[in-house]
Amino acid sequence: MTTRWFGERVPRVEDDRLLRGHGRFTDDIDDGALESVLVRSPFAHARILSIDVTAARAMPGVVAVYTAADLPFGQTDLPILIPHPRLTHGRTQRCLASEVVRYVGEAVVFVVAESRSVAEDAAEVVQVDYEQLPVVITPESAARAEHLVHDDVPGNVAAEMIQEAGAVEASLASAPRRKRLHFRFERGAGSPMEARAVWARWSTAEHKLTVYDSTQSPTSIRGGLAVLFGLPESNVEVIAPDVGGGFGPKIMLFYPDELLVPFAAMKLGRPVKWTEDRQEHFTAVNQERGQVHEVEVGFDEEGKVLALDVDFIHDAGAYTPYGIILPIITAAQVPGPYRVPNYRVRFRDVYTNATPTSPYRGAGRPHACFVMERTLDAIAAELGLERAEVRRRNLIQPDEFPYEVGVGWQDGNMVVYDSGNYPALLQKALTNLGTRPSGDHVGMGLGMYVEGTGVGPYEGAHVQVLVSGKVVAATGIPSQGQAHATVWAQIVADQLGVDVADVEVTGGDTRRFPWGVGTFASRGAVTAGNAMAVAAGMVAEKARHIAADHLEVDPADLELVGGKVQVKGSPDRGMPLAAIAVLANPVRYAFGGGTEAATQFTARPRPGPQLHEGEQPGLEATGYYSPPGSTWAAGCHAAYVRVDPQTFRLEILKYVVIHDCGRVINPLVVEGQIEGGVAQGIGGAFYERLAYDDEGQLRNASFMEFLMPYATEIPAIEIDHIETPSPLNPLGVKGAGEAGVIPVGAVLASAIEEALGIPITEMPLSPLKLFELSRPS
Amino acid sequence: MRVNGVAHPAPVDPRRLLSDHLRHDLGLTGTHVGCEHGVCGCCTVLLDGAPVRSCLMLAVQAEGHDVTTIEGLAADGAPLHPVQQAFHECHGLQCGFCTPGFVMSVVGILAQHPNPTADQVAEGIAGNLCRCTGYASIRRAVTRAAELSKK
Repeated sequence: MTTRWFGERVPRVEDDRLLRGHGRFTDDIDDGALESVLVRSPFAHARILSIDVTAARAMPGVVAVYTAADLPFGQTDLPILIPHPRLTHGRTQRCLASEVVRYVGEAVVFVVAESRSVAEDAAEVVQVDYEQLPVVITPESAARAEHLVHDDVPGNVAAEMIQEAGAVEASLASAPRRKRLHFRFERGAGSPMEARAVWARWSTAEHKLTVYDSTQSPTSIRGGLAVLFGLPESNVEVIAPDVGGGFGPKIMLFYPDELLVPFAAMKLGRPVKWTEDRQEHFTAVNQERGQVHEVEVGFDEEGKVLALDVDFIHDAGAYTPYGIILPIITAAQVPGPYRVPNYRVRFRDVYTNATPTSPYRGAGRPHACFVMERTLDAIAAELGLERAEVRRRNLIQPDEFPYEVGVGWQDGNMVVYDSGNYPALLQKALTNLGTRPSGDHVGMGLGMYVEGTGVGPYEGAHVQVLVSGKVVAATGIPSQGQAHATVWAQIVADQLGVDVADVEVTGGDTRRFPWGVGTFASRGAVTAGNAMAVAAGMVAEKARHIAADHLEVDPADLELVGGKVQVKGSPDRGMPLAAIAVLANPVRYAFGGGTEAATQFTARPRPGPQLHEGEQPGLEATGYYSPPGSTWAAGCHAAYVRVDPQTFRLEILKYVVIHDCGRVINPLVVEGQIEGGVAQGIGGAFYERLAYDDEGQLRNASFMEFLMPYATEIPAIEIDHIETPSPLNPLGVKGAGEAGVIPVGAVLASAIEEALGIPITEMPLSPLKLFELSRPS
Repeated sequence: MRVNGVAHPAPVDPRRLLSDHLRHDLGLTGTHVGCEHGVCGCCTVLLDGAPVRSCLMLAVQAEGHDVTTIEGLAADGAPLHPVQQAFHECHGLQCGFCTPGFVMSVVGILAQHPNPTADQVAEGIAGNLCRCTGYASIRRAVTRAAELSKK
């Protein structure tokens, strides 16, 4: 394999149409579709006494109004996506609530009309009588269990899990020093610029359902719709077209609309669409990050961690559709890049009357990182050591891989780090950070992390060389901006010796590739990237064999270069891939494009049947890649900040990132992922706060008050890489999608703590929060 | 109103937003809607050459005016507009949803400041939200667009 494209800063092939306004997002699709609106619960916890849709149904232009009673699946609980034996009290909502609502934004009635404005008018005259019930809104109040979110879930506890590696009690007892710490991390929201949308059409003639969905997992949506509607999977097509950002919450399935829109399209015999508005996105789409940690650490006079005992509660929200993956990831990721010889972690996943939680970029890790990094800072402060020195003394060394942490991972295996060079990350970050800027109220922050990426079970790819010599490639996973079409093309182009511009990639369209899992957990490059390499490698092998047959040479003497298969070192002895694509498909009828070369009287004679046993027509192949375990990316962030002691305005003076995601396919793309991740981290650490009141109302459900950073808040990010290839996959790659966001809270907390001299134990911060923390109590 | 140089009949529905009119009546779906309350900037178009939020205007208010949308910057098959080209070169977009709004805003910034300072760049794009890029690449794209615009 030549490596002409892999590792290069190849400009993105998807840009042109997006820049010209020719992108195709779900709400751009119309085709005479009826429009729909959901009536949602205005209360965080209430019993539904009655639902009256008479007036709505009577409104001119209204086509249908559905309540739970009108749905054949109205009394079916939506699935628990990832069951787990420790999830003893898993609960999911129904498509439309009919008895009790448990968060503001829970769907109750679905209105379909000739236009969006009519649907919204009709939604306003739907009458739902509620009896309000006591609200449980913070994880602490959930754990106190004065009120229950679900009557049949004692203590509000959905799950409890304890893991221990080593002997924590004994090592704490014998540790020279012990420290107890308390950390609190509030909810955050992914807030992609495109809210969610679904469009569906049912073809009675073809008995076929076609769904466009702004989802991160069209293959799973297809599987679920096939089960729900009793259709063969081949009669269900799900396409994630251009998706305007995902960041995790777009992989929840099913949101009610993902069932209701196809259902209505089938019932009504017309296309139906639903497009979420920004306000409903704030409460209807899953959130994440709410956790409260109690930590006890035992350490020696050198600052080495001897034992770590972590006990935390995780805010599940009102339901647990995503199982307990988030607290499992947090539990696994607290130790990070450090040796923790004795580690115990217990969590309780507790119900609250708020939007359900599922992964949001970072998925359990920013809070895990915050806990560990703040703990190391506390050790440094107590011993009077440099924060970097404490980290240096605790880091896992490059010769210790594979490194077993001793707790379970989200794929059902144990956590085993595959490769890394953590001391080099730290050293390089400190070097790049440079000297401290002068002035008062300046603080330095430091944070390190590992990230389990590239989780299974698998992805696949189909690669075909057309008779034109152009190449098409497809995989099941969609892109939400990660430049899949570019990086997959780079991988395929290298395998086939063609130009990136000659490879056209399709993702997230089950008509082109029906199998796979989804885009999440920083897994695309590892799973789909390697699948692309596998499939393209199979095509290359097939091309070599056909060419060898024709050129009467040994396949091992052939190479794929410049769109040709040629004898190594003899460019004049070869044949174009286009010609091989023709020969790969013996035809009776020449249909142009040079195919006459593959008809029976013109093709080169070959003994036996025209397709030998085991041969398949076409210069194409389908390949899969299933990782043996996660690949562990890592990094170190460091920053200087200044905080104004009067206004508590935060100024980030310098922010450096050293990142290791194994072999980098396209530095341009990876740097974009990191820059975007850090910006989301800064937003989550200092500007964005989901302001729930005691009644469970989100008081800032708009971009006017939920302060996502603009360009004026985000500094330049200085990025550098080291590469420790993963030994687990042929490309040596690790995931990179979430890395940027993970340590930002820890870094800023550390820096602000030093700048102001006040302890920081919670996230998010804000000028107001710093003002409160600075006041003498 | 004229949209991208083409005259269109007056919108029929008086409560139709300009953004919805462009997207759903005229099929110009390159203008995106991210918040419908004027904060995110995804729906930015040029009204008589100046950037405006098309979600904060009724379509009827645009009567008698010239509207330019992202589709109007470069004809199909023609090279990209310098601002579009700069976004491509600088990796100034990821998912592409906020991109048309940014591009239209930057066209407006450069009309006002052909040689923008770093502060003018940051302030100029501070009416547009992007959740993917972290803005660094967009700031680079604005500077690059200023260079390309002079060629």
